[in-house]
Amino acid sequence: MMDALGPAEWAAIWLSLRVAIVATICALPIAIAIAYLLARKEFPGRQLLNGLVHLPLVLPPVVTGYLLLVVFGRQGAVGAFLYDVFGITLAFRWTGAALAAAIMAFPLMVRAIRLAIEAVDPGLEDAAATLGASRWRIFGTLTLPLIAPGVLAGAVLGFAKALGEFGATITFVAAIPGQTQTIPSAIYGLLQVPGEEPAVLGLVIVSIILAMGALLLSEWLGRVMARRVGR
Amino acid sequence: MLQVAIQKSLGDFQLDVSFDAPSGVTAIFGRSGSGKTSLINAVAGLLHPDAGRIALGDQVLFDDGAGVRRAPQQRRVGYVFQDARLFPHMSVERNLRYGGDHDADRVIDVLGLGDLLTRRPAGLSGGEKQRVALGRALMSDPQILLLDEPLAALDAPRKAEIMPYIERLRDDVQVPMLYVSHDVSEVARLATTLVILDAGSVVAAGPVGEVLSRPAAVPLLGVRDAGAVIVTKVAGRLLDDGLTELAFSGGRIVLPGILGVLGQTVRLRIPAQDVILARAAPDGISALNVLPVTITALEQGRGPGVAVGLKAGDDALLARVTRRSAQRMELAVGQQVFAIIKATAVGPEDVG
Repeated sequence: MMDALGPAEWAAIWLSLRVAIVATICALPIAIAIAYLLARKEFPGRQLLNGLVHLPLVLPPVVTGYLLLVVFGRQGAVGAFLYDVFGITLAFRWTGAALAAAIMAFPLMVRAIRLAIEAVDPGLEDAAATLGASRWRIFGTLTLPLIAPGVLAGAVLGFAKALGEFGATITFVAAIPGQTQTIPSAIYGLLQVPGEEPAVLGLVIVSIILAMGALLLSEWLGRVMARRVGR
Repeated sequence: MLQVAIQKSLGDFQLDVSFDAPSGVTAIFGRSGSGKTSLINAVAGLLHPDAGRIALGDQVLFDDGAGVRRAPQQRRVGYVFQDARLFPHMSVERNLRYGGDHDADRVIDVLGLGDLLTRRPAGLSGGEKQRVALGRALMSDPQILLLDEPLAALDAPRKAEIMPYIERLRDDVQVPMLYVSHDVSEVARLATTLVILDAGSVVAAGPVGEVLSRPAAVPLLGVRDAGAVIVTKVAGRLLDDGLTELAFSGGRIVLPGILGVLGQTVRLRIPAQDVILARAAPDGISALNVLPVTITALEQGRGPGVAVGLKAGDDALLARVTRRSAQRMELAVGQQVFAIIKATAVGPEDVG
């Protein structure tokens, strides 16, 4: 079956993995910070931030992709700045695909992590404060270890979403083979051509293997962490 | 010395308290909802008062006027919460050392924690959890220990297990303590100073023996729980009968059981409802303890009872009789009467 996968398909697989991993790793710390803000802090504009975070979940992905193009394209406000100052281009590059995937995965990660933070008794953090621990020490030694299973769940969810992202990615960075063509856009492209069913089947099977693998890995890690947390 | 004078609005509830806590154990007593936990949280820095001042010794922890608002981290308070709040993902030892390892060996020894060090909080009993929480607070080298009903979640045997540890802390470690409780027998046994809160205000404050024997304190404490506390010394033992004789300024009281060695100090709580008054020295009754006393106050409550303040030697006692009896006996301030205390009336949890 793997014979059905040509170099273009393999390139799409590796690219998808790279995009999804980079997207997950870069988005995770920001997702933790935002989730913490939403779960624990009262501030003006909290609902607005919450809405903004969730927007990619409810907007048509094509719209998100278009907005990314407007903002991060070479002519866009942020895109022009990145290009002029750092020489970074996102549009039609794999980094752009990672950005699109990260933004689409972000709401799912924030939701999972926020639930985990809300489940941590703030009384424990109060107790640590009376014992003289700084905010950062409290976060690092108490909050973070206690929410680790939730962070992991969010990361896996985000990774799966990033791996399967299609609409925003293809709108923002198109599907350039070897550059921005991920598994979903490769499958879509192959479906437009007669006689490519074996390659499609191969990519579908790879997708299932990757998704299952991520799920099983997270189950296992989750069990290990839960044991360490003592629950 | 802890000085507190703060105001705080919490919805409809107004906390407005002002008191001084000298060294020793200061009990904050009150019904649930009287503001005890809010008060202790304000001292810990977990709750910010709207106005006022909190000072510990010469350090100002909070002063609204001067804009001082120390974070909990900068207050060096050891807080023992009602629900222990041990960190579930750490061993007992890591919990203990989280805030420092001040005097670690002795704290672990005094609290009997040596065998628990490698265990996880989830595997501990309620009493063990509270002991670890106490140890963790002590090892952070606090200037004051705040205990928020540390025994409330425990059943009677577990309470009996922890109580001696807290007494040892009071007597050996000598960290000042603010002890929140709604259990009079706990207060009577542990406290040196008593502050009674009701609906967010201080309604009585002073040395524990003095406040508890105030007739006016009876409705605050509840009819069942009111009673004087006196300090006695073991004066002898009636071996044949298994009784201990205790001496205080007002005479001698005999109690069942072995309550300590000769000369040892024993704190005794005598519930007001277990004291019977007689105009003449009674004859031929089964009660062993009859003390001559002088009536110092008569306080009419809302119910059918009258709280009677008594003086026995230099100590104050408290009796509660019905209004009907008070009238029939023509009780009056300054009158000499006899207080009959049934020896078994003093429950074992109130001796110590």
